[in-house]
Amino acid sequence: MISDAPVLQQSSEPAESAAAPSRLSRYARPVLGLLLPVTLALGWELVVWSGWSNGRLVPPPSRIFTTITELARSGELVRHVAATLWRVSLGFAFGVIAGTLLGAISGYWSLARRLLDPTVQALRAIPSLAWVPLFILWLGIFETSKIALIAVGVFFPVYLGVMGAILSVDRKIVEVGRTFRLSGFAMIRRILLPAVLPAYVVSLRVGLGLGWMFVVAAELIGASEGLGYLLLDGQQLGKPAQILAAIVIFAILGKLTDWLIEVAAAPFLRWQDAFGRAKGA
Amino acid sequence: MLALDRISKTYPNGVEALARFSAEIRQGEIIAIIGGSGCGKSTLLRAIAGLDRASSGTVTLDDEAIASPHAKIGIIFQEPRLLPWLSVADNIGFGLADLPATERRAKVARALERVGLADKAQAWPRELSGGQAQRVAIARALVPQPEVLLLDEPFSALDAFTRRDLQDHLLDLWADTRPTLILVTHDVDEAVVLADRVLVMRPRPGRLFDRIEINLGRPRDRNSQLFETFKRSVLTSLDRSLDRSVPDRDATQGPGQAMWW
Repeated sequence: MISDAPVLQQSSEPAESAAAPSRLSRYARPVLGLLLPVTLALGWELVVWSGWSNGRLVPPPSRIFTTITELARSGELVRHVAATLWRVSLGFAFGVIAGTLLGAISGYWSLARRLLDPTVQALRAIPSLAWVPLFILWLGIFETSKIALIAVGVFFPVYLGVMGAILSVDRKIVEVGRTFRLSGFAMIRRILLPAVLPAYVVSLRVGLGLGWMFVVAAELIGASEGLGYLLLDGQQLGKPAQILAAIVIFAILGKLTDWLIEVAAAPFLRWQDAFGRAKGA
Repeated sequence: MLALDRISKTYPNGVEALARFSAEIRQGEIIAIIGGSGCGKSTLLRAIAGLDRASSGTVTLDDEAIASPHAKIGIIFQEPRLLPWLSVADNIGFGLADLPATERRAKVARALERVGLADKAQAWPRELSGGQAQRVAIARALVPQPEVLLLDEPFSALDAFTRRDLQDHLLDLWADTRPTLILVTHDVDEAVVLADRVLVMRPRPGRLFDRIEINLGRPRDRNSQLFETFKRSVLTSLDRSLDRSVPDRDATQGPGQAMWW
């Protein structure tokens, strides 16, 4: 008991001094990261404003912002964003469903894995954009082929994530389930599902990222609306501000949807969030 | 009564881990199984738990053959093996899923109280120390009130002080319902502190070598002369089981002899 007090004091002191700089860097780090892009943007704005450059090919931030507000006022923006979001949502949904089902089957039954996995891995080796001509021939130039392409992009990371997560579930924890006589469905629900969830969320986020990548490809190929169409239209009509506006909106939407997954999963991953915080710090 | 009848285990690679192990264990008895590495202690325990099938031989609990995990048999592993996504309370209640929620909560609360972790009920497993986590594992195994509790080197990953605390704590918990305890250990001290009977095993292939009754009352004084004597007889038997030459113990009598080994 006597030796308890000094030990406690010792351990609390370094913890406090370690917390102080991390509190400081919590504000300092984002500011530091913003320094370069903000300086560049302001600098370019200044260069164009003072007339040193006409900014025709590289429009200043203010002109990009004006383009976005104009698009928004005319209702064009909503139409294009809605079209793109719709395609990504459908493609993502199909890709996730297929990837989860096949990944779960391959992870759970080794026979299915031996049967299925080599084929899936071989298909994965094909650059997904190579499917475009075939999809257009099979499914037409309109929505179906676009959604199929996005679904293909989403499928592989989800499939791999689910299968890998199931295969790497700790055998020792499964054994705990066995000692409590869990079998079949109860084992899946009470042991496998929660064990797999963290890796599954990661694979969903990777899949979503690829979904956004592929929607651009799909809309560049031929579309009359969508953010990808705005890109192409801006190129053909020589409107770099419109291209950059579309890129900015892509960035915002991508970040937003990724954040939605993160927020939706957070309540289920509370048990490991301290680990995540420690990694992020 | 738990009857182990000529249990043998040969692994597919031809290694004979266990050869014709037989023992009869009374209800409420505390058995320690001790032996050098590779003597099949863990194999034996897993066969009793129904986790791995024995190649031949039978495990019978109250005239019921055990071939798969059984409600009357609990097991505690070397690691706590808590489910990281469940709170401490939910981990303890893991084996009570069939009970109505109110009854389950009451049992869990009592168990938490009993292992001294009532204030940790809502904590995550990662927030516990090694000793606390192992206490949760003990509570989780005991809360369904098994007739037999198997322990596979349960305290070997803990520091010496925590280990002593948990040994005493285990005995204290055991006194509540007096399940049969079968403890695999490589710690002679632990075996003599806990067991009514120490079974010494011999490797390659694993088989029973010796039985030593520990006729000591409880609580046991780890520093008593009698405790030393029992410890030494277990050690001698262990040395013989490994075909080591046993030095003449009488020659080492004198001050400081207690720690010669």
